[in-house]
Amino acid sequence: MNTTDIVTVTNLSKEYGDFTAVKGISFSILRGEIFGFLGPNGAGKTTTINMMIGLARPTSGTILIDGFDAVKKVKKAQSIMGIVPDESNLYDEMDGFDNLCFCGSLYGMRKDEREKRAKELLEEFDLIKAGKRPFKAYSKGMRRKLTIAAGIIHEPEILFLDEPTTGIDVESARQIRQLLLNLKQRGTTIFITTHYIEDAQRICDRIAIIVGGNIVANGTVPELMESVSHGHSIQLAADKDLEPLAEELQAHFDGCIVKTGTDHTVTLISKEQIALSPVLQYLDSRGISVYEAKELRPSLEDVFVKVTGIEAIELKKEKDKGGMLK
Amino acid sequence: MKSWIAFWSILKKDIKNYYLKPPNISWGIIFPLSWTLMQMIRSSGGVNLSEIREMLPGLMAMSILFGTTSMLAVTITFERKGRSFDRLLIAPISLGTMVVAKLSGAILFGIFNAFVPVIFASFFVDLAGIKWGAVLLTVFLIAITSTLLGLMIAVSAKEVFEAQTFSNFFRFPMLFLCGLFLPISELPIFLRPLSYLLPLTYGTDMLSGSIIGRSMLSPILCVLVLLVFTLALFTLCQYNIRRKWFL
Ligand SMILES: Nc1ncnc2c1ncn2[C@@H]1O[C@H](COP(=O)(O)OP(=O)(O)OP(=O)(O)O)[C@@H](O)[C@H]1O
Ligand SMILES: [Mg+2]
Repeated sequence: MNTTDIVTVTNLSKEYGDFTAVKGISFSILRGEIFGFLGPNGAGKTTTINMMIGLARPTSGTILIDGFDAVKKVKKAQSIMGIVPDESNLYDEMDGFDNLCFCGSLYGMRKDEREKRAKELLEEFDLIKAGKRPFKAYSKGMRRKLTIAAGIIHEPEILFLDEPTTGIDVESARQIRQLLLNLKQRGTTIFITTHYIEDAQRICDRIAIIVGGNIVANGTVPELMESVSHGHSIQLAADKDLEPLAEELQAHFDGCIVKTGTDHTVTLISKEQIALSPVLQYLDSRGISVYEAKELRPSLEDVFVKVTGIEAIELKKEKDKGGMLK
Repeated sequence: MKSWIAFWSILKKDIKNYYLKPPNISWGIIFPLSWTLMQMIRSSGGVNLSEIREMLPGLMAMSILFGTTSMLAVTITFERKGRSFDRLLIAPISLGTMVVAKLSGAILFGIFNAFVPVIFASFFVDLAGIKWGAVLLTVFLIAITSTLLGLMIAVSAKEVFEAQTFSNFFRFPMLFLCGLFLPISELPIFLRPLSYLLPLTYGTDMLSGSIIGRSMLSPILCVLVLLVFTLALFTLCQYNIRRKWFL
């Protein structure tokens, strides 16, 4: 184990009867980073989190947290964890403040200590007024925020969040992302699962893409993008249909792959950098005006589509059950 | 120290959230209370008031049994269904401490319920000569074993109504099998072995001994049997919990 790793998962599997939900995955999380688990519904994200936090027993494999076996010494591991489950599962009858204090007490916080932290958190999470209302009277976004507050009241070293931004509005989701970035600033390691590509891209230092119980890609965002990049690629938008010129263009720029689109565009792809002026001059000589030229960079979405074979549009459909539209 | 803070906090939360809520108090109190009143009305209509004292052990045992078993369905099955129970499972306190904290509320509730019929009876009959120390010990042991019985049911049930129905399946037969209102010697002979397999039989016998001075078994034996039941049930529950509460 690397000393900078706070979590090391090796060959972790989980079988439910004869169905294998997680198939021998391995990954590690660096101290202080935000590590994202990105995958569609049923990929095995929650199952993996449940095994890491001690709610589910692995069928095989090991989980090291802060250097010790988190399956055998589950209570020791749990003492440095904060956990935010996919459902906001606080106590309906209790108000926000009491809920937070109760959660603090489960981690052995003294009364004065937990009351002080609870007040601070209500303030930080913009829930002061709601602090005296019972949890059942909270809106979805408020519930989620209080659940996150409950997960960090004891200032855990590592925080696990299962889909923290699913099913809440854009503004609440933005607030939550900001809160997570603040926590990271203060040194908390964060493990987050999501099926929002944008979420992963915005806040995660490293991302593992999980599909059907397998990790199919794992790396920093630039590393992942590198894996789908074909070198350099520029796209030009012209005033005329360029299809008829396709062969001619390909012959002229034989160092590039040339693709013409039906929407008056042409894309040039090359291992080398592509100089723009010869292309513009050539098109100009054919009486074609270019309105726009842009470099095409692969997005995390391209990476996702490539490694999973799942079209981003499909993932969007899933997430609309949640509703965080951009 | 840290476990103690968590323990106390879980217990306090349950008392505040569940045990002191009117609908739940009703389960443990109204039913035994109306039974008490019914018996009193019956007995004061012709029969000697002293019969109330005769009925007291059975009433107390019944109050404890119903109070404890119905509360666990709420404090455990209900929280498991709403998934707030997961918080307790992932808290850094041992499973044993957490389970005992959950049980303590029900045990206290059972003890409290046991004395509801006593208070009522005290208005009508003289309660002199009762060995209160022995009564308290017995009430405590009955509360523990009944609570563990409730836990066995709560561990398996997925829904609150399931837990309630399931516990009725046990507790109503127990009213008749454990000598609460009908001496075991009057049961059909083939049912009697069943009586001795139920912890409540021993508890009720001890109560009879210390309240009306009439018992079939030695109190020492009863205490031992109840302790063995406690240990066995607790072990069994822990085993079931590990199997059922973790995926
Ligand atoms: N207790 C269980 N028994 C049987 N199968 C299960 C159980 N829990 C999960 N599964 C199965 O394991 C697979 C992975 O489920 P999991 O909940 O981990 O997915 P997920 O990635 O969290 O999905 P989502 O985005 O919907 O939350 C699914 O096919 C699911 O049906
Ligand atoms: Mg999930």
